[in-house]
Amino acid sequence: MSTVTENLTLAKSQAAQQRARVLLGMAFGDKMFAWATKLAAYTVLLVLAGIIISLIVGAWPAMQTFGFEFLITRRWAPQLEPEPVLGALAPIYGTLVSSFIAMLIAVPFGLGIAIFLTELCPHSLRKPIRLAIELLAGIPSIIYGMWGFFVLGPFLANYIEPGIVAALADIPILNTVFGGEMVSNLSLFNASLILAIMILPFITAIAVDVFTTVPPVLKEAAYGIGCTTWEVVNNVVLPFTRVGVVGGVMLALGRALGETMAVTFIIGNSFKISGSIFAPSTTISAAIASEFAESSGLHQSALILLGLLLFVLTFFVLATARFMLMRLEKRAGA
Amino acid sequence: MKFSTLIVAGLSLVASASAVLADDISGAGATFPFPIYSKWADAYKKASGIGLNYQSIGSGAGIKQIQAKTVTFGATDIPQKAEDLAKFGLVQWPQVMGGIVPVVNLEGVAAGDLVLDGPTLANIYLGKVKTWDDAAIVKLNPGAKLPATPIVVVRRSDGSGTTFNYTTYLSAVSPDFKASVGAGQAVEWPVGVGAKGNDGVAANVMQTKGSIGYVEYAFAKQNGMVNTDMINSSGKRVKPKLESFAAAASNADWNSAPNFNLVIVNQPGDASWPMTNATFILMYSQPDDKAAAAAALAFFDWSFANGGKMAEELDYIPMPEAVVAKIRSSAWTTIITK
Repeated sequence: MSTVTENLTLAKSQAAQQRARVLLGMAFGDKMFAWATKLAAYTVLLVLAGIIISLIVGAWPAMQTFGFEFLITRRWAPQLEPEPVLGALAPIYGTLVSSFIAMLIAVPFGLGIAIFLTELCPHSLRKPIRLAIELLAGIPSIIYGMWGFFVLGPFLANYIEPGIVAALADIPILNTVFGGEMVSNLSLFNASLILAIMILPFITAIAVDVFTTVPPVLKEAAYGIGCTTWEVVNNVVLPFTRVGVVGGVMLALGRALGETMAVTFIIGNSFKISGSIFAPSTTISAAIASEFAESSGLHQSALILLGLLLFVLTFFVLATARFMLMRLEKRAGA
Repeated sequence: MKFSTLIVAGLSLVASASAVLADDISGAGATFPFPIYSKWADAYKKASGIGLNYQSIGSGAGIKQIQAKTVTFGATDIPQKAEDLAKFGLVQWPQVMGGIVPVVNLEGVAAGDLVLDGPTLANIYLGKVKTWDDAAIVKLNPGAKLPATPIVVVRRSDGSGTTFNYTTYLSAVSPDFKASVGAGQAVEWPVGVGAKGNDGVAANVMQTKGSIGYVEYAFAKQNGMVNTDMINSSGKRVKPKLESFAAAASNADWNSAPNFNLVIVNQPGDASWPMTNATFILMYSQPDDKAAAAAALAFFDWSFANGGKMAEELDYIPMPEAVVAKIRSSAWTTIITK
């Protein structure tokens, strides 16, 4: 009798031990998993910090030499002896203006395509059009650059831009913005146009995704009380999806600011600030891509400082966009 | 399973590739001489079994690579000053030469129809001569049909040895250019659009009506571009061709240039092409790997002896005999390979 009880308790305790062991093992595994994910997350932070630190270290000589002047100097003269005169104003101007024009073109186009695809397009066409737009996102930027250099640039310079210049020649302000004593294949506007095509799929793809999340019942109700398609889009779809749409636009802006290869090909790489969008210009990333390999000393340090500026600029733009988004959400919630 | 096989296969491929590279001569630098170095290397490999691993990453990057001792020789289009050579214990000599030509895209204008002189070319690149029918161009080309269209100036956007030689020439012939722009690999151009590489400038000029650019002669010839003639420092009109480059090269005074530190633009002589440039090799006088240095020297020696015809086929100019003799007796004797 007693042996049976003993055996029973023994078995029970063995089972308990085993269970404890298994549980311990599981707890250990879970802990390891948590650690692994934490490590992955912190590694990203570490890499980010590393990049910023190495950029600052590399840019230090230029920061010491040029100081704040670097931001407001229009000249870029690496050849001067004994010390080059280098300023970032021209590339900053080119970066901001090219991205701005690209957004001006791409946002209405991208949203228009997304609205057409989700609201108006016959079902059979929806897939092929969407696929085509997503394929645009998959094209490497060097291909855009080559296409812009060999096809789009010459076409615009030979057939389109001279007409615009001539038509606006007598209108003040416009004859500066669209002016050009020298229209060439490479210009700020051509680069902006290529950028617009490049960022279009980002805007469209995300907008289509968020537009399809609008509950059909909302749209049907709106149509039911006699709204036009425009009214439905403007009053139901867009307010419902605002956050997602702005997110897509932000992503696109981030890409436009940092795009390098395609822009280097077609912007003309001129460190001049011209009032005309048909004049050649340069961007921060194009300047770095063009000159870094053959640079040394202060010139190289200034290029690294440009990189740091782009880093800060992108961060600033994205942070502003996020902040605006937060306020939008708050207002929508209230 | 399959994935790991793939990795093993990949690793062995890398291993075998590096095993091949281990015996090769390694060098890095200027892009301008890359085609001829490749051609020499192919022929040399057939003759000796030793290959060349040359990375054409640009003169500046080549100088950095040799200073970091990651390659056996560095190649640069820009001759280094004595103090820079001494600082790192480097030896320098010119290996081969080429010519820079102005190329234009004008309707009805064929190669050699137009002629420019140095000051006019400088004024075009300064933005002072703005149209093709400017008095300065008309004066040089009486009778030529020149349109009243703007001149689209094309230049390099990347730092380059070609730009260094070109701006050195323009600075030599135009005090204005020297004062307001100066010479360098990358300079502050007052006008024009920048394109990447010789091929970028060539492509851009070919596409843009009314444009002018400057490229290495080989690029202009291979692309069938329209070049202009030049008035040289003796006031004579010359065409860009091997003979006029060679004339400039033989008139260059290498003997009075210590360490071969000589930019050979604007040389005297009736037949000299004004924009001729040499490209240089940099090696350590006391190399860490003496066997590798000996192998590299053997390759350059073979190239001087057997590579002249190959160079001319690719529109480069071989170094004159006298200069080669001087390189063998001066620069090379200072490199310790034993």
